[in-house]
Amino acid sequence: MAIEVRIPTILRTYTDGAKQVEGSGSTLDELFTDLEQRHGGLRDRLVDNGGGLRRFVNVYLNDEDVRFLSGLDTPLKDGDTVTVLPAVAGGSL
Amino acid sequence: MLTIPRALYDKIVAHARADHPDEACGVLAGPAGSDRPERFIAMMNAELSPTFYRFDSAEQFRVWREMDDHDEEPVVIYHSHTATEAYPSRTDISYASEPGAHYVLVSTRDEDATEFRSYRIADGVVTEEPVTVVE
Repeated sequence: MAIEVRIPTILRTYTDGAKQVEGSGSTLDELFTDLEQRHGGLRDRLVDNGGGLRRFVNVYLNDEDVRFLSGLDTPLKDGDTVTVLPAVAGGSL
Repeated sequence: MLTIPRALYDKIVAHARADHPDEACGVLAGPAGSDRPERFIAMMNAELSPTFYRFDSAEQFRVWREMDDHDEEPVVIYHSHTATEAYPSRTDISYASEPGAHYVLVSTRDEDATEFRSYRIADGVVTEEPVTVVE
């Protein structure tokens, strides 16, 4: 089973500069655990201590934000593409 | 140093003025690796707030995918401060996630004068840079 994972610039330090890596898992949570085997430290940038998706990281399954699907429990299938984009945000405070 | 065409500078200022007192935000896309801002993309502020901004996640996906398809990157990420100075705040610094981008800050706190400044933000360090507007 192969899931294509697109990695944003700021997280490419975990993938030796690769903008795309492959992984497997039947849910997003499993995929991130799988990626951690080969890209140590990456999971911590995506998942917080409580086991939830980090607030200012956007993860998409194909073209949908997984927050509108099942978050980390979102089921994946062979050929899916998962894209990670850090949120662009800020403010005056 | 940020080199920016007058037309794009004016569009950013107009967007900030139009959205005041909410913070305005957006991107200038340019060919990857060129450091040339060429295409103005106003983004929705999903927070609709006078003190915070966040790109809508679905819109960000579409825009980022489109840039990728055209071999472009976000050369400038801009947003406005509506009551404070045009300097990156603590949240601006902690959420800066595009290390190669110029972060442009516009302040609309003064009705008659707009402040427009540019910065590099990487690894939590802010460095102001000069802005050259090209006619």
